[in-house]
Amino acid sequence: MDAILLQVLNGLDKGGAYALIALGLTLTFGTLGVVNFAHGALFMLGAFCAVGLQEVLTLSVRVRDESITFFEAYKEEPYLVLWFGDTGAAIIDWVVPLSVLVTIPLMLLIGVAFERGLIRFFYKRPHAEQILVTFGLAIVIQELIKAGFGANPIPISAPEIARGSADIGAMLGLSGVLTYPWWRLIYLASSLFIIGGVFAFLNLTTYGMVVRAGMADRETVQLLGINIQRRFTVVFGLAAVVAGLAGALYTPILTPNYHIGMDFLVLSFVVVVVGGMGSLGGAVLAGFLLGILQSFASLNEVKSILPGIDQIIIYLVAVVVLLARPRGLLGRRGVMEA
Amino acid sequence: MDTTNTTADLKSATMDADTHSAHYHTKSEVPTQLPPLGPDMRPLWPPKVDILMTVLFGIAVFSMPIWLQPFGAAYPDLMQRFAIFGIFAIGFNILFGLTGYLSFGHAAFLGIGSYAAVWSFKLLSLNVVPAIILSVLIAGVFAAAIGYVSLRRSGIYFSILTLAFAQMCYNLAYSVLTPITNGETGLRVLRNDPRVLDALVGSSEVAIPRASFFGISMTGMAGFWACAVCLMIAFYIALRITRSPFGMMLRGIKSNQTRMAYVGFNTRPYTLVAFIVSGMYAGLAGALLAVVDPLAGAERMQWTASGEVVLMTILGGAGTLLGPFIGAVLIKYFENIFSALGHTTLSDAFSFLPDGVREFAVSIVSPFVGEGWHLTLGVLFVLVVIFLPGGLAEGFRRIGRMFRGGNKSETSS
Repeated sequence: MDAILLQVLNGLDKGGAYALIALGLTLTFGTLGVVNFAHGALFMLGAFCAVGLQEVLTLSVRVRDESITFFEAYKEEPYLVLWFGDTGAAIIDWVVPLSVLVTIPLMLLIGVAFERGLIRFFYKRPHAEQILVTFGLAIVIQELIKAGFGANPIPISAPEIARGSADIGAMLGLSGVLTYPWWRLIYLASSLFIIGGVFAFLNLTTYGMVVRAGMADRETVQLLGINIQRRFTVVFGLAAVVAGLAGALYTPILTPNYHIGMDFLVLSFVVVVVGGMGSLGGAVLAGFLLGILQSFASLNEVKSILPGIDQIIIYLVAVVVLLARPRGLLGRRGVMEA
Repeated sequence: MDTTNTTADLKSATMDADTHSAHYHTKSEVPTQLPPLGPDMRPLWPPKVDILMTVLFGIAVFSMPIWLQPFGAAYPDLMQRFAIFGIFAIGFNILFGLTGYLSFGHAAFLGIGSYAAVWSFKLLSLNVVPAIILSVLIAGVFAAAIGYVSLRRSGIYFSILTLAFAQMCYNLAYSVLTPITNGETGLRVLRNDPRVLDALVGSSEVAIPRASFFGISMTGMAGFWACAVCLMIAFYIALRITRSPFGMMLRGIKSNQTRMAYVGFNTRPYTLVAFIVSGMYAGLAGALLAVVDPLAGAERMQWTASGEVVLMTILGGAGTLLGPFIGAVLIKYFENIFSALGHTTLSDAFSFLPDGVREFAVSIVSPFVGEGWHLTLGVLFVLVVIFLPGGLAEGFRRIGRMFRGGNKSETSS
């Protein structure tokens, strides 16, 4: 029982990342009709927002190390600590939560710039060309990050307070010991929060209602005198923000390097297809389901029966779903069903 | 359905596919002889044009050591790669260029071909002939299996399915299949491998295990000649496929699959055969990679490698015969040039500039060269797709039209 619960939890936080990326992919596909292969790169950019903020906050100067008195020793001391003392140290410690403040405006800007600068020229082009141009864009972003931050993974840690593990077993009143890292729980909670936010935006606000109307029938909405294109641009920015937040908050779990975008992209495309192209709920559901499935597949008991299953389970599920139910779990009939 | 009707429909279905390479489109009359369709896919009698084209192509390829001299690219290692990736791209074009199905997993077949070839070197013989035959066959088998499943969907779903299969192959090669693939170290030929066929005719023990063609070691120029011969054969087969009724069918599918289905054709067998053939081409390319350097690693199967062959085909011009080969040569050439450039060579190149400006120019250019070659590749990719979706072949055609148009306007004025 405990083991099962632990695997479910393990799957949920990974699934949270899949769900967030897949949600953004579905949003761009549903609104703009563009298959965006650069979406993984946006996830990676989000992660590097956090890394960049860390680099800025820890800008250091060489100062004399006062704790060593018998010879002249020097150490690197961040400016923030020099100027603000303990407050500065606390700010540096809280870099990942703080990076959210940087990520949101930056990713919105990047998303809108992409849409205006490149993607809007590809609405009328075939899907193959959309895939190709965004694939090229993904390579460019990835290589720029590699040029800027180097090829090695850059470690970044959660705030001190969230570094330990939570004793879930005790909380839920289970008999066994079941501990789980705090940060992963926080990640799960915040991904649920973001997903809820996106759904609330689309379903409860007038703006979101118009966007949904535009997704359903673009021409009619335009005939009503609404500039739907501008709203879709905003939605693209929103999708970029969602992917960016998913990336920035994921950094303490998975050390960011320049190719995590590509790694997650392939998986999240699979998630979108399993959930149903164009279905927001399907993307979220499939994200969590596949995350849980993957974590069960990496159990040693399962691996001893089916060696290697943990490596391919997601792709296997995708193949089965595409062949048996081409429109995905929650996909509407007739949407990209060919 | 009566036969004349079928011909007319087939012609109309293929009419708006790109017509420049199908020779009897240019004739005004409808071919009165119905091309035999169905299981009997006998190609038309080779017209002299095809043989002439192949010979010209062969001359161009075999004289590469001469005409590449001024470009500094006339050394065997690079020319081998031109030929090998040319084969890969020509094969990819049979699927993507003719049928329009965009596969994002073709590197899997390249990797499978490499592994098969190295296993043939280990178990059968160091001779290249069994290795190539084995790899092509095995890649074909894999392509048949993957294609059979993937081709049940089209469009973006097809791309994702092929990508999923390729990623499965890649992940498995790194994890469970380590006994077969030797994981991250890569599979290599050892001195004391069994090599049954070699043992039959003599000793299987060799000092340095290198692939050979009946005693000719596949190193340096010999390796290039072998690749060039394979390239010529591959080119001729691709030419025949493009010109055959089968090729017309494929272009008809690209043009409008629904119409083909309404006319009464079951399109899936045709696309499946195209998929298998292009998978076999990839297997051949993989085998040749192992021939010139008997080592196979899983990184060849990564999906960025699949993206590279897509780029070669797009850059040269999808759907044309020579385009993919030109694309492959250009990309491999620039990869070679650009990744060799470093900071010092750049400083030398910009030495005519004043000091401050030079530092600036070097700092601008340096992310694009050396390690950052992929950045250039990505930018190139984006630019080609935006401005020249038909690739260089379309570019040449545009330039040609511009000149012809220009001449006409001059004569009229």
